[in-house]
Amino acid sequence: MIDILQIMLSESFWAASLRIATPLIFGVLGALLCERAGVLNLGIEGIFVVGAMTGWMAVWLGAGLWGGVLVAAIAGAGFGLIHAILTVPLGLSQHVSGLGVTLFATSVSYFTYRTALPNVSSPPRIEPFGALDIPVLSDLPFLGPVLFQQTALTWLAILMVAIVWYVLNRTALGVAIKAVGDNPASVDAQGLSVYGLRIGAVVAGSALMALGGAFLTMSAFDAFFFGMVNGRGWICIALVIFASWRPGKALLGALLFGAFDALQVRLQTEVGAFLPSQVFLAAPFVLSIIALVIAARSADYPRALLTPWFKGQR
Amino acid sequence: MTANKVLSLEGLSKRFGSVVANDDVSLDLHRGEILALLGENGAGKTTLMNMLFGHYLPDSGSVHVAGEGEGLRPLPLGHPQAALQAGIGMVHQHFTLAENLSAFDNIMLGSEPLSRLRRDRAAGRTKIEQIMTDSGLRAELEVPVGRMSVGERQRVEILKALYRDVTILVLDEPTAVLTPQEADTLFENIGAMAKEGLSVIFISHKLREVLAFSHRIAVLRHGMKVGEIASADADERTIARMMVGADTPEAERESLEPGAPVLRLENLSVVGRSRRDSLSDASLTVRRHEILGVAGVSGNGQGALAGVISGLMPPSAGTVVIDNDNVDGHDPLTLIRAGVGRIPEDRHRDGIVGSMSVAENMVIERLDDPEVQTRGFLKRDAVQSHAETLARDYDVRGPGVEANARLLSGGNIQKMILARVFERSPKLILANQPTRGLDMGAAAEVARRLLEARSRGAGIILISEDLDEILSLSDRIMVIHDGEMIEADTRDRETLGLMMAGEAA
Repeated sequence: MIDILQIMLSESFWAASLRIATPLIFGVLGALLCERAGVLNLGIEGIFVVGAMTGWMAVWLGAGLWGGVLVAAIAGAGFGLIHAILTVPLGLSQHVSGLGVTLFATSVSYFTYRTALPNVSSPPRIEPFGALDIPVLSDLPFLGPVLFQQTALTWLAILMVAIVWYVLNRTALGVAIKAVGDNPASVDAQGLSVYGLRIGAVVAGSALMALGGAFLTMSAFDAFFFGMVNGRGWICIALVIFASWRPGKALLGALLFGAFDALQVRLQTEVGAFLPSQVFLAAPFVLSIIALVIAARSADYPRALLTPWFKGQR
Repeated sequence: MTANKVLSLEGLSKRFGSVVANDDVSLDLHRGEILALLGENGAGKTTLMNMLFGHYLPDSGSVHVAGEGEGLRPLPLGHPQAALQAGIGMVHQHFTLAENLSAFDNIMLGSEPLSRLRRDRAAGRTKIEQIMTDSGLRAELEVPVGRMSVGERQRVEILKALYRDVTILVLDEPTAVLTPQEADTLFENIGAMAKEGLSVIFISHKLREVLAFSHRIAVLRHGMKVGEIASADADERTIARMMVGADTPEAERESLEPGAPVLRLENLSVVGRSRRDSLSDASLTVRRHEILGVAGVSGNGQGALAGVISGLMPPSAGTVVIDNDNVDGHDPLTLIRAGVGRIPEDRHRDGIVGSMSVAENMVIERLDDPEVQTRGFLKRDAVQSHAETLARDYDVRGPGVEANARLLSGGNIQKMILARVFERSPKLILANQPTRGLDMGAAAEVARRLLEARSRGAGIILISEDLDEILSLSDRIMVIHDGEMIEADTRDRETLGLMMAGEAA
């Protein structure tokens, strides 16, 4: 027990938690935005891959780091648009379309990578985002090392939490997004476009998801590997429920998962002799499922989630 | 009158597939006028108003609205936004409210530019307060709509329309879910607003309120306008004849002595998912040859009462006695075998399996019957001829017994359910909102069948929101409010209405 306490009091543990949480923060926010408008986006796993691949490739081809981020967001938005068109005006099954987008986006990313780099054995590296050093603040005890080891993308993720919260709770646009996810007829009867709002939310949400992927290749690592997204998208889908579709709780959920993951890595080295490493690898997922079961019992789903809407239908 | 015409519909027609919903309907509305749009279900009232408001695009015809200055100008069709800009507001029968938002946000929705980074809540609030003072309609602005009663939601819906500065207000069956008192208050407020110059069209099939509160009545039948009459010159008989096209005979009700009890509920409590579908300590008895009417505004525990009697919800306390036998298993099969026939509230959702044929739906409660199957294999010919006989006896019309049940109209679905239920000669019949949404002809048929079952010796528990139906069919009346049931020893509408609102308990 002492070990765990020691781990949890260390600066490096919290810095790692925040780092692991960053792609999840982007992903949960993106999924939350889509679902608040009434569209489940299971394309998230594939959109992560697209973001990771395109962001990295843009930089590798000579773009600046922020140019890469922009490319990733646009590519993610593009795949989001496919999902939005299939599910919103065409009203196809959101599950089927989402899984289709994930398969398509993943394969296209791998294909593009392989085609562009047919003969490489070790993935080419780029110069990733470095730690954002803010004078004075980074010298603070404990907080300084935890916060100021982080890269600009982590800060962007936290800023996004605030922005999404503000939009949903303080603007007319947010009110309309929440309304279209609860009862599309309420939006239509007030002269707003159900399709416009839903497509917009899915496209914006997908761009956020792609940033989660971009973080992996441009900040956490410095190259693109096959299989590097490794289920992070699916975790976000679960975390949205844990977060009750609220940005603040989404941040909390992502940090919680990040902390579980950071903890298991450290425990592996401490007590790895007694238990097989797979137990530790599985631990964050098991703990997430438990947290989810507790939180989801009272989950208040957006009422129109998964329900397509057609104008003028009886 | 022609000088202050504010709205003119000309030759509107709309078809859905092969169904003609509206056929060449023309209608005028004047400033400060309250026009009642009357007609049976499926007569095309809602379709007509949905075309006016831009939800549906008419196949032909045009709409002209008074704008700034003189004369009427054409309204672009098919766009709610255009209708709102022209000063037309619509209060839909099925509320178009987002339940996760506050009343304030619902009212403001769509009135503010979406690109604005800040909202001017104070200005909105001032304007809403002003409208609430002027109209007499009040609502708690910061409460989420999901937590409001239907009466409150209705007021929010109307405030939402008024907030858009409407000059023409369309109300689609505004009183369907209100108690008689709430309905009267609503119409008094509307009357006051009409005096201030608001023009109102309201859809209804309640003759009483139409006569009491409208200036003029337009009647639709089979999608066509069949007549217009000044309310002062009309009476219930004439407009009923206009609606149906003929006089409907009142169901004959023979006087019968109630027999032995077939259903006794003793101190029954049900804990549902919310207070709306819970029962607390309810007791009642239904005897042979007796119809017990349960009056109440929907969402006061009717769901729990029906759920227990049909075996879909287990009681948390109390006993259910059918024909002197305690019912132990609370599942549908036990209750069907105990002799309960069920006419469910939502006939489309709970009454039929839409993707199965009419014939299959007719035997769905007796799949264990050797007449229907042997060793698990359906006797298709027997099922088919059985269905044809029943369809003939109960006048179930439609594309035939082989067709999917969902293709039947609401009235024919209900007749099919009646056929299925009455064929088994149940001792107890649970009729939950049996005529809701049916036209007068089909409703009269349901009433006749229920009275026939009563003569045969069945006990019937009739749950209905329609006080007229309760009064005309029931031998005894109980009122359900907030999960509690009280025996009513009066047949006075006013007193019953107060009991339904929980005020004279």
